[in-house]
Order: sequence, then structure tokens, then C-alpha cells
Amino acid sequence: MNNNRKIVWLVPAVLAAAAAALFFGAVKNAGPDIIWGLRLPRILAAAVVGAGLGFSGAVFQGLLKNPLSDPYILGTSAGAMAGAVLCSALGIGRAEPLFYVVVFTGAFLATFLTYSLAKIKNHPSVAHLVLAGVAVSTFLTALIMLFMTLYREHSLSLVYFLLGGFFPADNSLLAVSGVIVAGAVGAGAMLWRYLDIFSLGEEKASYLGADPDMIRLAFFALASLATAAAVALSGTVGFVGLIVPHILRLVFGASHRRLLVSSALGGALFLILADAAARTVAAPIEIPVGVITAVFGAPFFIWLLRRTAGEG
Amino acid sequence: MTSLIKAENLKFSYNGTPAVAGVDFELLEKDFLAVIGSNGSGKSTLLRLISGFLTPSEGAAGLLGRNVRAYPKAELARLIAYVPSELYVPYDFSVFEIVLMGRSPYVAWWRNYSDADTVRVLEILKKVGIPDLKDRCINSLSSGERQLAFIAQALAQDPKVLLLDEPTSHLDINYKIQIFELLKSLASDGGMGVAVVSHDLALLSAYAGKALILKKGGQLFYGSAEEGLSGINIAAAYEIRDTASVARLLPHIVTQGKGSK
Repeated sequence: MNNNRKIVWLVPAVLAAAAAALFFGAVKNAGPDIIWGLRLPRILAAAVVGAGLGFSGAVFQGLLKNPLSDPYILGTSAGAMAGAVLCSALGIGRAEPLFYVVVFTGAFLATFLTYSLAKIKNHPSVAHLVLAGVAVSTFLTALIMLFMTLYREHSLSLVYFLLGGFFPADNSLLAVSGVIVAGAVGAGAMLWRYLDIFSLGEEKASYLGADPDMIRLAFFALASLATAAAVALSGTVGFVGLIVPHILRLVFGASHRRLLVSSALGGALFLILADAAARTVAAPIEIPVGVITAVFGAPFFIWLLRRTAGEG
Repeated sequence: MTSLIKAENLKFSYNGTPAVAGVDFELLEKDFLAVIGSNGSGKSTLLRLISGFLTPSEGAAGLLGRNVRAYPKAELARLIAYVPSELYVPYDFSVFEIVLMGRSPYVAWWRNYSDADTVRVLEILKKVGIPDLKDRCINSLSSGERQLAFIAQALAQDPKVLLLDEPTSHLDINYKIQIFELLKSLASDGGMGVAVVSHDLALLSAYAGKALILKKGGQLFYGSAEEGLSGINIAAAYEIRDTASVARLLPHIVTQGKGSK
């Protein structure tokens, strides 16, 4: 019960970070145009993307009983990217509803592909999932690169998309993605009990009365939705979903009752700060935010890998 | 006594290799059944078949007169609980949270655990003898405490049948006795049907009432524990040629059994 109260403190932390971030940027003493017209939408985009990726990471880590999971590692993000590139090829604009449908489908199919490839025996091991995710991501990224090489007229806008960042934070896109992420987190927060029992493995979850196929489908859908909404807004930003849930587990405990919502809030906080850093560290040059998260994320991943080695 | 589980000519193969080949037995209320056999004789697979996790390739396992595979998952979890031999938990749940998960089959999918679930969990922690461990992290416990926590989780399901796969294999003698005493009282006082896969023959012969002996490719014995755990059956089950050594090493086991069925 005590822990419930602690989550609430993440809200003012996110707001404070957002308010502070309004005053960070390449331009010193920025006027209201820059602050409200450029920085605010970016900060909101960072919050939505961070929330979507943090939530997805927490879902995957619980569902697959695998601490090394996040939408980037499992290929969910690459699937969403492939969907976005396909839309670009077909001339489907980013504001159209069909764009979201295709991006979600890409995310969902890539996730299932990774899962099925890893599930050679009864239960996918931690290592198999990571390896299958690498294979799926690499393959999809190769297709994207091939497309960009063949159709150079599309490639400039896609490069920024691939690097990850919040440059064209279109307001309608921001609203749609925000609603999708909020909906997915809300649904996940209602079904949190199933992630707790899946943390003991699919077989044990089945003995505790859950239907593994149905629960897996539901959570893959929710995590793919949140990831697709994030990717649609900002391209691929790696490792947010990996780092954030692990840190929050230390604060709020392992139960998904608190972990799902806190990972969404924590992801928002993390990306707002990472984006503020991306804008200021090398100003006037802007560093893609995906670079910042990867600089923290990759060493964290190695540390986790060594810690988890030989288990599960 | 009501019949809880009835297995008839139960068969199962993994990719064409038979793992369980023709098993017949019955588990009644208050039964404490020892399931023994050499490594690879199909004991764990048998538990997965009678708990409804696997579908038999032939034959059927019935639970209260109905095919175990015909039950909805949640209803099944209110009747049968299963404790695996070892369960790796990647995240640091508290013991309370682990045991609370056992209430899962009683909670509708859109709801949260109720206060009544919390009360039941506290009762069970007391019954199992680990109320002080409530707020401890599951991964900080000793193997014995950890096993008690998972038995408590299974008991939180308020099942009629309790299945355990090698519950005491890594534990010291104190925990072995504690767990077997608990299981025995769950059967005789609680009215549960308890089936234990174990290699602790000495403990089984002291506590179990019935025995089921599996052998690669079939069933060697089903009947009273006294007869099943006799020297001659043990020697046959584990293919020990030197039957005298069974008598020497496990002196409490009667060597003049009636032989295989």
C-alpha cells in the first residue's frame, strides 16, 4: 500500500523535468515562439514515446520471463520501422489512420516472428529470444536499407527516422500517439496480475489458471500498440524499454501492479531528460536522442547480460 | 473416499519417443501417493498429464469424473495445484506477492485481488509455518524456505489435488521432514489428494500410503506404499542388480516384498 503512494511522486518529477526542459536548447534566452511552438511539442513527444517504450519494455520483460527484453531488442521497433518505410513507399502519409495500422501490424508480426523463432523447444530461453530478436531486427533493417538505397528520394526523411528523434513533432500525430499509449498503459494496468504470474514462466502461469496463448496475444498486442505509437512519432529509440523497468523495480518492487504505470512515467521522465541533453550537450549541433539512450543502454545491456548469464 | 483423479491407460510421446506408456492409477481424497521410478521413466510427464497441461496421445486422465482437458483453465487451477521441482524467478517478488499469485484462479480477469485473498494468504503463510517471511524477497530465501513459499502458493489455490515434483531434492533433512509432515497432514487432516514425485525413498516409505512405480515403457507397480517400496520392487524400479545392497543401504525397507505386479 505504501508503495502505491510512491508512484504518485513520479508525476511531479515528470512535470518538473518537462518544465525545466522548456529552457534547454541551442538558443539561449529563447522567446515564446521557440519555447511553446518548438520545445513544448518536442517535450510532449518525448514523454509519449518514453511512456510507450517504458511500458512495452516492462510488458515484454514480465510476459517472456526475460530480463533482457525490450521492444528494440525483440525486433518490435524494427517491425514498426519497416511498416513506416512501407507506408513511405506506398505514399501513405504519416497523418493517415492507415499509417498507424501498417506500423502496428509490422510491430506485432515482428514480435511474433521473434517469439516463434526462439521457441524451438517448449520454452524460449533468455538467450534464444535475444538471438532471434537480433536476427529479425537485422533482417528488417537490411530491407529498410535496401529500400533507401533504391529509392533515394525517400531516404533523407527516413534517415532521421532511423536515428530516432523528435524533430517533426506534428501535433495531430502527437495526439493520436498519446491516446494510443495512454490506452495501452490503461489496459495493461488492468491486466497486471497476469504479468506477475507469467514472470514465473508460461507453464506455471497455466497452472495458476491463465490461458497462455490468450494472455500472450493480448500483451503482444498492447506492447506492439504502444511501440508502434512511439515509433510513428519518433522512429527507433533504443534501450529505453530495457533500462527503465529495471531501475523502477529497484524502487517499487517487482509486482506489475506498480511496475507498468511507473515504467510509463519513468520512461517519459528518462526521454525528456535524454532529449534535453541531446539538444544542449553539443549545441548548436543536435545529437539524435537515440544516440544518447544507446550510450547509456548498451553498457547497461552488457551488465544485465553478464548478471543473467546461465539462468533461465 | 471420493475419487479425485483416475488415469486410464495414459500414454504420451515426445516426438515419437514414448515418455509415458500405459499408466493406470487412482488418487482418492486423503491419499498420499509416492510416484517413483528411475530418471527418464516419465514421472514429471505423468504429473503434466494428470494436471491437464499436456494432452495424452492415448487414454485419459479424469478429475472428479470429467476429462481433465475439458476443464476451463481457471476452474482446473481451483482443483489442482502443481509445485515444480525448481522455479527460477528473474525478479525480486516478495513472498507475500508470490503466495498471492496462488489466488489468481479465484479472481476475474478484469479485477484485482480482494481483501479476502490477502486474509487467505496470511492464513496459509501461518499454516505452512513461514509468516515471518512474508515481506522477504523470494530470491533471498534458503532453498528450504523457498520451497515452502511455493507450496504455500499452491495451497493458496485451495486445491483438492496437490502435485509436487521432487519437492525436497535439494533440501536438508530438517526441511525434508518439515515438508513431508506438512504434506501428510494436508492429506490426512485436510482431505487433499497428494501425489509426490521423489527419490527420497526413506521419507516416502515413512509417510506415503500408496505408491506408483514407473519404468521406461510402462508401469511397474501400483498399490500400497508398504508393498511398492519393498526392496524387491525398488531393485526392479531402479534396475539394481545387487538386491542385497538395497537391504544394506535402506535397512528400514522390507526386503521380502511380494514382488512385481
